[in-house]
Amino acid sequence: MARLKNIEELKKIRQEAQKDLAVRTQTGTRIIIGMGTCGIAAGAREVMHAILRELDLRKIEAHVETVGCVGMCAKEPLVDIEQAGKSRVRYANISPEHVPRLIEEHLLKGNVIQEWAIGRLDARKIQ
Amino acid sequence: MRELSLHVLDVIQNAIEAGASKIEVRIEEDLERDWMTIEVADDGRGMSQEWVEKVLNPFTTTRKTRHVGLGLPLFAEAARRCGGDLSIQSKPGKGTRIKATFRHNHIDRAPLGDIPAALLAVLLSESPVDLEYLHKVGTHEFQFSSLEIRKELDDIPLTHPKVRGWLSQTLCEGEASLPSRRQTRPLTL
Repeated sequence: MARLKNIEELKKIRQEAQKDLAVRTQTGTRIIIGMGTCGIAAGAREVMHAILRELDLRKIEAHVETVGCVGMCAKEPLVDIEQAGKSRVRYANISPEHVPRLIEEHLLKGNVIQEWAIGRLDARKIQ
Repeated sequence: MRELSLHVLDVIQNAIEAGASKIEVRIEEDLERDWMTIEVADDGRGMSQEWVEKVLNPFTTTRKTRHVGLGLPLFAEAARRCGGDLSIQSKPGKGTRIKATFRHNHIDRAPLGDIPAALLAVLLSESPVDLEYLHKVGTHEFQFSSLEIRKELDDIPLTHPKVRGWLSQTLCEGEASLPSRRQTRPLTL
């Protein structure tokens, strides 16, 4: 019973989502979290959870994705934030406690948090 | 790793790295016989027999960035210290099946932990994979198939914020519907 109810909800979500999908893929924000062994052991899953919660709380619609190890294991959990038209910024050693400030400063105010950021990737190079 | 669900997440990430498009996860808790079994099977590129023998050595990895790979050795160690074991079946070009067993009530067995969060991390993966999940506790079970969900969603990605909320809720409700996992009988030492 619960299952059927959920599928009905999913259909509704699909209709709503279709309307705004095109807009979002052009102007949207992606948040990418490293989820290799190193990231997982350092708490990346909890960071992902904190990010999802913060986005829900502030009603920000951003895509959240996970990726494997990128080779900077000592700096995990790594969180990349990419906003359309801007360069992608990589933050290191992020814990769930850092997440509210990260979302507030970077996503809402548009400031890179210099002391946490470790790199910037050119927007055109990421495709 | 503090929870078994983190090992599950880790093994699934291996499967994704191996180019899998379909991953089956099966967790079985047999409270009567006191076993917990975790199986992850993928259709990725697989490994040669020679590599299977080496892969539990922490100084083995396919990565170019460093010389250690700890995921599987840690999982194997977790199983062995709980009276269980970890086995790997793999065929190049076909895929890999990892099976870990634990004494369910062993004092050193980590809790299964936050399975919904682990599965969500996989479903939000940058490279889309299909996940078939089955969790059995005694006669109760919870099943989840991302293939069915993708069919319903058509062109909407699972990472869409609205879909994400739905996924999280569905997984949490499903896991919560299973009976509580720790039994109140003596621990296996």
